[in-house]
Amino acid sequence: MTRQPFILRNPSILIVLAVLAAFTVAVTLMSAAYGNGAIPTSMVKVLGKTLCLALAAVAMDLVWGYLGILSLGQMAFFALGGYMVGQWLMYARTETIVAASLAQNPIPATPLELQEAVANQIFGVVGSSDLPLVWTFAHSLTLQLILVVAVPGILALVFGWLAFRSRVNGVYLSILTQAMTLALALWLFQNDSGFRGNNGLSGLQNIPGLEGRDQATLSVWFLWASAAALAVFYVLAAWLVSGKFGSVIRAIRDDETRVRFLGYPVEGFKLVVFTLAAMITAIAGALYYPQAGIINPAELMPIASIYLAVWVAIGGRGRLYGAIIGAVVVSLLSSWFTGGRAPDIRLPGYVVHWVDWWQVALGLSFVLVTLFAPKGIAGIFDRLSGLRAPRRAAPRKQEVKA
Amino acid sequence: MSALLEVDSVSVSFDGFKAINNLSFNIGAVELRAVIGPNGAGKTTFMDIVTGKTKPDAGRVLWGEDSRSLLKMNEAQIARAGVGRKFQRPTVFEDQSVSANLTMALKANRGPFGVLFWRPSATSAARVAELAEEVGLSEQIDRKAGELSHGQKQWLEIGMLLAQEPRLLLVDEPAAGMTLAEREQTTTLLRRLAETRAVVVVEHDMDFVRRLECKVTVLHQGSVLAEGSLDHVTRNPDVIEVYLGR
Ligand SMILES: Nc1ncnc2c1ncn2[C@@H]1O[C@H](COP(=O)(O)OP(=O)(O)OP(=O)(O)O)[C@@H](O)[C@H]1O
Ligand SMILES: [Mg+2]
Repeated sequence: MTRQPFILRNPSILIVLAVLAAFTVAVTLMSAAYGNGAIPTSMVKVLGKTLCLALAAVAMDLVWGYLGILSLGQMAFFALGGYMVGQWLMYARTETIVAASLAQNPIPATPLELQEAVANQIFGVVGSSDLPLVWTFAHSLTLQLILVVAVPGILALVFGWLAFRSRVNGVYLSILTQAMTLALALWLFQNDSGFRGNNGLSGLQNIPGLEGRDQATLSVWFLWASAAALAVFYVLAAWLVSGKFGSVIRAIRDDETRVRFLGYPVEGFKLVVFTLAAMITAIAGALYYPQAGIINPAELMPIASIYLAVWVAIGGRGRLYGAIIGAVVVSLLSSWFTGGRAPDIRLPGYVVHWVDWWQVALGLSFVLVTLFAPKGIAGIFDRLSGLRAPRRAAPRKQEVKA
Repeated sequence: MSALLEVDSVSVSFDGFKAINNLSFNIGAVELRAVIGPNGAGKTTFMDIVTGKTKPDAGRVLWGEDSRSLLKMNEAQIARAGVGRKFQRPTVFEDQSVSANLTMALKANRGPFGVLFWRPSATSAARVAELAEEVGLSEQIDRKAGELSHGQKQWLEIGMLLAQEPRLLLVDEPAAGMTLAEREQTTTLLRRLAETRAVVVVEHDMDFVRRLECKVTVLHQGSVLAEGSLDHVTRNPDVIEVYLGR
């Protein structure tokens, strides 16, 4: 039996890839570094970061929309990815600076002295001068990149194993995921966590080894990398949900007891999807924070993960492209409304400042979507395409028995 | 005849209420058995115990030639060992097509990675078509299961059970919601299935049970009240009192 490759069987994948490619080319041609400069570098960064958020939303959709676990701790994985890459960025850059200043000394510094000076520089703000254990691999980009997926992956694996094995479900599981990210955030807030407490990691926009490149160039490079990651993992996610695996995880979402009686090890499926999604989210975070320039424990507060869920709900969960639409539309609107550039609405006797009212509007639209468009924005696309082609599943005429 | 399933002095109570009380029950590898009993007799709970959904407080449940204990296995492992179950109300995956429902049930590697790299083949497609034909859903194969009628859902679930190729089939009230013609089809199918495997049918409908022409076990208050042919048990005064006489 010959089957078309799955990409051809799912035209929506090609559409998403084409739109993504067109978007990336367009931004590049309007960037300061490679184009006419119509889009300022800060905006290129916003767009690049938005692609990372879209990737996190795709992973969230796998976990929530397809597997049915409303995880309210996804941004913990996102931030961990950022922290892992941030450690190398900060260490390597500090090392360059410190080495340059020590080179003034008549006696060349030993590697140990160099390391101490680096530690002093990085941890002076939290009153320490020792390199914490968790920075053991910070000198190596390769090792830290492995940690980007390994740390969130192992955290998800252990957390998932404990939670799924004891069959924690529904709202209890959501609360548990939220507790996980909150606990992690509170731990990171401590000065002796080894991650510089509430200062977090900063200067991440400076990429060691690429000092000769200006931010305008780097911002475009990161945009490309973010777009590439989104494309690759979108296709991976679409492949994952397309076949029998997708069938089984949606079945778990709808009735996991029944799936067990079919002989499927439900916990195993949940673990695979949850862990994979955590790793994808971490990669998104590792690309996001060098564009943001700074990461601190506030990024792990549960509210961030709740926003992610809201984006996916508004975009349309259970549709991968819905997750992208939701993340892009809502996060860009958010930064526009809260950026102070949205015109205030002057009502008689009251002025609606969007900076203050945007959250309320967002919350309201979430409620409205949940009530009136449970399939979100993607549901509108479904309905439009449903108008063009007659429903394949149209009920057939029943034979009339005399 | 050696038993395929041996339930031995099993008891389970919910908040002090004994739903199953010292129940013993055997079934051979090739046998059709009807289980009847008034509401709350423990028929569904019995199936819950065999399929691993409920863990009993006492007793043994042994399976197969090597008498493995089912109590140490979880639901999925028990299903993979060859116990198939049809629920009282039809449970199919309404959001997915009839063929996707059947494909999921097809006997195949059940592990996450096995499933991930599973690809439909000519054989699997033919098997799905054959199963759909068998349960009269060929026309509906691309429709979502949620769009089927109640009776059709029952049939789809039976088709999914067949796809699993179980050695023991536990069927809870199959006739509920079926038309007379469908009931007749169901009895024929169950009897045919029992030619190659063990089938346990829980049913309230006496006519349905009569047409199965098989040994009957009467449950009452969580234990076996009587066992034998339908005529035999219906003559039993205890049975008449608790069940038929009402
Ligand atoms: N999980 C549970 N918790 C508490 N009580 C339960 C539970 N499951 C079953 N019971 C009780 O155990 C008894 C046996 O229930 P069961 O469902 O096995 O009866 P049944 O024979 O299948 O009845 P029916 O003919 O109505 O389907 C009932 O009184 C029921 O209320
Ligand atoms: Mg019952």
